[in-house]
Amino acid sequence: MAAPQIHELPSAEGLTEAPASSPMAKVWRAMWGNKTAFVGLVVLSVLVILSIFAPLIAPYPINQQVGQPFSPPSAHHLLGLDDAGYDVFSLLLYGMRISLLVGFSATVIASVLGTLIGVVAGYRGGVIDNLLMRLTDYFLVIPLLPLMIVVADLWGATLFHIIAVIGLLSWTMTAIVIRAQVRSLREYMFIRRARATGASHTRIIVQHILPQVMPLVVANTVLNISYAVFTETALAFLGIGDPSQVSLGTMIEFGFQRGAITDGAWWAIVPPGLLVTIIVLACSLIGRGIETTFNPRLSLAHLSMRRPRLIPGPGASQNSRAGGANGTSA
Amino acid sequence: MRSKSDYILRRIAAAVGTLFVAVSMNFLLFRILPGSAAVSMARVPGAGPGLREALTREFGLNHPLYVQYVLYLWQLVHLNLAVSFYYHQPVLGLLISDLGNTIPLVLLGTVFSVIFGVLTGVVGAWLRGSVFEHLSVVPALAFYATPVQWLGLMLILLFGSVLPTSGRSDPFLFNPSFMQESLSVLNHLILPSLTLGLVLYGQYTLIVRSAMLETLCEDYVLTAKAVGYTKPRILRAYALRNGILPVISVIALSAGFIVGGAILVETVFNYPGVGLAVYNAILNRDYPMLQGAFLILTVSVVLCNLVADLIYFRLDPRIT
Repeated sequence: MAAPQIHELPSAEGLTEAPASSPMAKVWRAMWGNKTAFVGLVVLSVLVILSIFAPLIAPYPINQQVGQPFSPPSAHHLLGLDDAGYDVFSLLLYGMRISLLVGFSATVIASVLGTLIGVVAGYRGGVIDNLLMRLTDYFLVIPLLPLMIVVADLWGATLFHIIAVIGLLSWTMTAIVIRAQVRSLREYMFIRRARATGASHTRIIVQHILPQVMPLVVANTVLNISYAVFTETALAFLGIGDPSQVSLGTMIEFGFQRGAITDGAWWAIVPPGLLVTIIVLACSLIGRGIETTFNPRLSLAHLSMRRPRLIPGPGASQNSRAGGANGTSA
Repeated sequence: MRSKSDYILRRIAAAVGTLFVAVSMNFLLFRILPGSAAVSMARVPGAGPGLREALTREFGLNHPLYVQYVLYLWQLVHLNLAVSFYYHQPVLGLLISDLGNTIPLVLLGTVFSVIFGVLTGVVGAWLRGSVFEHLSVVPALAFYATPVQWLGLMLILLFGSVLPTSGRSDPFLFNPSFMQESLSVLNHLILPSLTLGLVLYGQYTLIVRSAMLETLCEDYVLTAKAVGYTKPRILRAYALRNGILPVISVIALSAGFIVGGAILVETVFNYPGVGLAVYNAILNRDYPMLQGAFLILTVSVVLCNLVADLIYFRLDPRIT
């Protein structure tokens, strides 16, 4: 693994000098180049398009009985009818809409918050870093689902509150990853030069640090989407969902509560769960593809819900990260 | 260079600190959030201002917030977690008997997932590039992505006719012997713990696999190969131990996730543990119960993390 000094040599490749092509361009290339990431991207895009155009595609309205409850799948009703005689295929399209809306919006909140905390902690260091990392440690240890249950239940389970709760409580991983990256970036030559020439901190962060951490932010964001979609179904299943909205989570809940299992109406309960699995898988594949491109050593480790605190201290892990990045460009 | 006892003390101090923050937050959440317990309690239909005032005084809500906080801590030190609105019994007693049901479920699920995860992970790394690698990674990814509650429902659909799907034991056993009762309890544990095990094992597979891949690239493994040790010996004596090490910290870090999974699994299988208590507390608007369950879950997770930290420290001399 590269020793830290190596990055200060003028000949060292990769991140030492301000890079030739922007990191975000690399993200796109990573997605096109990596087979699994590409598959994930295609699947996710198709699902997003389907849910955007749900009102045009859905064959039946979702607030109206269109046949005998629990009718099995037929030519008229591709996935049969649910307990109230609603068309499952139409519900699925609309449900995916809400689930993805929750997933994407909560992720935006989590990513912005996580990046902000990570950049500030990593760049400022000292007391602020210490305080922010204590906070992060705390949220890393606390069981998040029970916490979300308590907050959402007390606050009132509207769609907006659920988005806010998931978003505000799941920024931890992003913050940790970004902080580690920023801390190592801070010592690179081009940042030091920028500081020496009198660039302000804001300028350094916006111009030099943010573009460099963007790939990691994107990778974490995509992984966060899967986490948020997952959590929405869990909350909905426990009765903490907006009763006025159909989501994939509430579909699973209804299937459970209203006897789809005992009636053997598998078509009312298999599709929503399968769709959640596909969304989560697609996001995992994309996130994993981006991360492995930027750090081949990471391989599959990031797929854990929470990253293991691997053996070496922060200094060592930064080197391995930087070493990996250099490895790709060499 | 820090000493060993110093490290242990720091870990314990950190755990105590986290617990303190958790307890304080537990207090604040239920006082500050809109629609908090006390307000909704006084919202009985047809209640006059008198009831509200009586309730407020009875629960000590007329005191300023910091006095309430001290009172709360004081009661907590005496292990008083208040009385359930719904069951009219002390929350702690109810939750402890629930915890007695949850622990076997979680243990069984975790043990299954760790054994299965380590096995498939090692196979995936060792037979890299063969069909077996895909056979190990693809199911791991799929189960990892599956919603817990849905997987439980799928297992009920598949095995519901052969295995019990609800409750802790068969309530219709007539005057059962100890053997019969235990068998019934075990039988009822199969599907819930299998569900939990299946959703958990995927991440262990992936982590063991990547840790093993990394270990197999280390110089000492290369040296062992050059010396001419057989493959199984290298695996057993050199790679496995280092490859499995991260699993311990991952189990600890996923303790929060395991708890979340347990809530869902217990709800699906109507299994009377702390998770089902959470679910019922939400249904019944039983805030003392919800608060108590949240506290118990948090304390367990923090303690698990502490224990894992200490085990890890014992196993890996490199940590300081």
